[in-house]
Amino acid sequence: MAQVYFSAGLRDLTGGVAQVDVQASNVRRLIAALDEMFPGIGERLSEASSVAIDGEILTDAEYESVPDQAEVHFLDILQGG
Amino acid sequence: MALTEENPGYKWVGTRPIRPDGLDKVTGKAQFGADLTLPGMLFGKVVRSPHAHARILSIDTSAAESMLGVKAVITGSDFPDLAANGAHASDIDVANNAIARDKVLYEGHVVAAVAATTRELAEAAAKAVEVSYEILPHVLTVDEAMADNAPLLHENMITKGVDPAPDQPSNVASRIVHERGDLEQGFGEADVVIEREFTTKPVHQGYIEPHAAVADANNDGRANIWCSSQGHFAMRAYTATVLGVSQGTLKVTAAEIGGGFGGKTVIYLEPLAVRLSQRSGRPVKLVMDRDEVFRATGPTSGTRIKVKMGISNGGELTAAEVWMAFEAGAYAGSPVGAAGMTVIAAYDIPHFLVEGYDVVCNKPRVAAYRAPGAPMAAFAVESVLDELARSIDMDPIEVRLANAAVEGTQASYGPKFPRIGFVETLEAIKEHPNYTAELGPNQGRGVAAGFWFNAGMNSSATVHVNENGTATVVTGSPDIGGSRQSMALMAAEELGIPYESIKPVVADTETVGFNDVTGGSRVTLATGAAVVDACRLVIEDLRARAAKTWDVEIDQVEWVDGQAQHVDGSQPPLSLNALAAKSGRTGGPISANASLNARGVGAGFSTQLCDVEVDPETGVTRVVRYLTAQDAGRAISPDYVEGQMQGGVVQGIGWGLNEEYIHDENGAMENPSFLDYRMPVASDLPMIECSIVEVPNPAHPYGVRGVGEVGIVPPMAALANAIKDATGVRLTDLPMTPIKVLEALNEQSD
Amino acid sequence: MARTHITTVINGDEVDFLTEDSTSLLNALRDEVGLTGAKEGCGTGDCGSCSILLDERVTCSCLVFAPEANGANILTVEGLTDAGELHPLQQCFLEGAALQCGICTPGFLIAAKALLDKNPDPTETEIRYALAGNLCRCTGYDKIVRAVQEAALQMREQ
Repeated sequence: MAQVYFSAGLRDLTGGVAQVDVQASNVRRLIAALDEMFPGIGERLSEASSVAIDGEILTDAEYESVPDQAEVHFLDILQGG
Repeated sequence: MALTEENPGYKWVGTRPIRPDGLDKVTGKAQFGADLTLPGMLFGKVVRSPHAHARILSIDTSAAESMLGVKAVITGSDFPDLAANGAHASDIDVANNAIARDKVLYEGHVVAAVAATTRELAEAAAKAVEVSYEILPHVLTVDEAMADNAPLLHENMITKGVDPAPDQPSNVASRIVHERGDLEQGFGEADVVIEREFTTKPVHQGYIEPHAAVADANNDGRANIWCSSQGHFAMRAYTATVLGVSQGTLKVTAAEIGGGFGGKTVIYLEPLAVRLSQRSGRPVKLVMDRDEVFRATGPTSGTRIKVKMGISNGGELTAAEVWMAFEAGAYAGSPVGAAGMTVIAAYDIPHFLVEGYDVVCNKPRVAAYRAPGAPMAAFAVESVLDELARSIDMDPIEVRLANAAVEGTQASYGPKFPRIGFVETLEAIKEHPNYTAELGPNQGRGVAAGFWFNAGMNSSATVHVNENGTATVVTGSPDIGGSRQSMALMAAEELGIPYESIKPVVADTETVGFNDVTGGSRVTLATGAAVVDACRLVIEDLRARAAKTWDVEIDQVEWVDGQAQHVDGSQPPLSLNALAAKSGRTGGPISANASLNARGVGAGFSTQLCDVEVDPETGVTRVVRYLTAQDAGRAISPDYVEGQMQGGVVQGIGWGLNEEYIHDENGAMENPSFLDYRMPVASDLPMIECSIVEVPNPAHPYGVRGVGEVGIVPPMAALANAIKDATGVRLTDLPMTPIKVLEALNEQSD
Repeated sequence: MARTHITTVINGDEVDFLTEDSTSLLNALRDEVGLTGAKEGCGTGDCGSCSILLDERVTCSCLVFAPEANGANILTVEGLTDAGELHPLQQCFLEGAALQCGICTPGFLIAAKALLDKNPDPTETEIRYALAGNLCRCTGYDKIVRAVQEAALQMREQ
């Protein structure tokens, strides 16, 4: 089970829930599972986020595998200059 | 230079050879965006709105079209209406920013463009385009834009990130929030709580090269574009979007670029140049003058930031509350998100609330500027931290050491930090002789720190081995800071051949795989990783060819110091030259390609020490001494790592002391020139001392961390803290000009 | 719209070209003569990227009308190399990493040459003030000043 954390900005879609445990083999499946738990969150997570898996920040991460016991955070897409 | 980890004995990485493109740049041969001339080329000129906010009632191009030498005139109607085609909101904004349709949203907004046979004729034709406007009320600051009943830029803008969503439109595009713990409890546990409000003005990236593009379109829809940019693949994509064509019809060649700092990661002239070339049937050169660069290209946001922080007498931060409003300019997209994520990220604070607002206003659309969002946020937090340290009589380095994020700290934006080097940069400052250097009258010392994520993203590289054993390394990352040298150094290290045998090349969009922009401090890490991967594939291939030559299994072959060696020495080694010369016999030309979405991005930290002297009669702040300590992970090219560190510091000094956009009541910029937009010159500054700290990024083959951006994050706070130390006054409004210093000094003595 | 015929000496060679009266010397050098080393950073004489030596004086070529250069002796960055051998300033800029994007480099080289021609042993402060008319946004000037110091040392030793 991966531990998924929701930033404060996402909690309006989770009814205030800040953390859930989810079983999924990759990020795309993780988002699908989260969308079933919290309808509507899938679109926001797919479009607007980078994801941090065990501290490593990744962009375009849909097919990244999610290791068991991984800590997953969804972040806003970051821009550099 | 290494302060923490030992030098692993690299032969090329970490050395200071001459950069490969340097000769062309000191002899005037290097070709920048405005340097190309094509046969039959026309000169373009853009027509821009003089009003900050207006409806376009009509555009009459007939006079311009009939003028001598004028070959094309275009307006918004010459471009597809992306909104009608159901395009993405962000693409619509890009298209409308490139050329206005029904409304202009800032002074300088493109309304039309012309192409003519000479510069003078183009300028005359641009003046002859008649535009009639219905002037609308405008808003220039976050305060004005957020006020009740403020005039709206976008009639259907409903603030995202607010629950429940507002039922009325406003100028607030979105809200971000980060939260942890219990603020009331946190402030309750503090012995000292300090609250301050800060304002900053828009500042421009200030690249010396104005935007320039040359477009040469064929009548089958294909076009070649030559432009200086931070990413020609991105330019291709944006230009294709605005023109409504397939990317494959456009070929973009990267000219040398005269500075970008984030401001050239977006398009301005390219779609206009292509359309003018299509309409006229001739190549068109479009170059901005400096006035246009200021009036119409993205500066970074002006801001209002409120910070409240609490500390215990023992020096532990207990709580932080941050409220920020960032100007986005005419379209949504300020860097408030990154500001929210970086503002307290360097510290381990148990209770916090960070709230930020992205606010549109009638100014040019903001563009990225070196660690976008972070410098303003750091100005506020590092100033308050300084006040807190003073209130408990604690040394500014000690207070930061007491609260510094380390490996395993839960970052304010969510994930745990991997190995990071913030503490090491603090210690580097503390141990440096500058920290205890004597200060004279009217002098003061300030410390500040900064954090930036750095980016990874997509890069491609190809490595070709030439018949004589030299190599060409082909990438698609425009070189704005000396990255070609880093690519060659890493390739030399991997292949085991001299740096001088390697030719690094930045290829066009047709001859190398996709590369994301040169920005986000990502090229050494990501494009470097692609180069390393391609080199390793080449080495695999070389081992296979040696194995074939010796008639052994590949596991009997090692690659050492540029040669194939048999593991038990039973064959004389085969050099790269020898293998290359006979490559046809062993399988054909030797070449490999690598494309990746970079992994293992390492965050960067910078701590800076600034000594100033403040003249009590004029209010002028002179920087007397400056030291910057930055964690580079591993400095592939120490010369150019120092260059990035120093450049970022000096931009921060300009931002802190002099630079700002000044607008009149009509929303017109009053200081669109280098005379009145005052950037630092050589006589303003001392030497900028650099301490390169190396805490290698464990996730990267060479330990690289991006270095380009974080250097601009601390300087404004370092200056404010030094001015406080010198004079006793705390300035909270940027820039800290002599007039403001004098006013504060006078108030203090009252 | 008749154009004026201008004759000059540029980088030691006699060069002539045609120009409108209102064209800047900078644009004439770039568009007519094909010497694109001098750059336009601002067009108003505030950034120094268009610096040339005009009759041995450092001059912003964007502030000179091309016809004013008739009969003048001009040095541009392209003229610093002597039969393929780099001027010590050029060599020191390369070795000292005194350029990043390189757009301001031609202007700095010209201004630095003008300084060292008059003052072969300048202090750091004198260097900084002599170069105060040239803007650089990339380097923060540190390595530029050091490169000029090094070049001055080498030229004194020659």
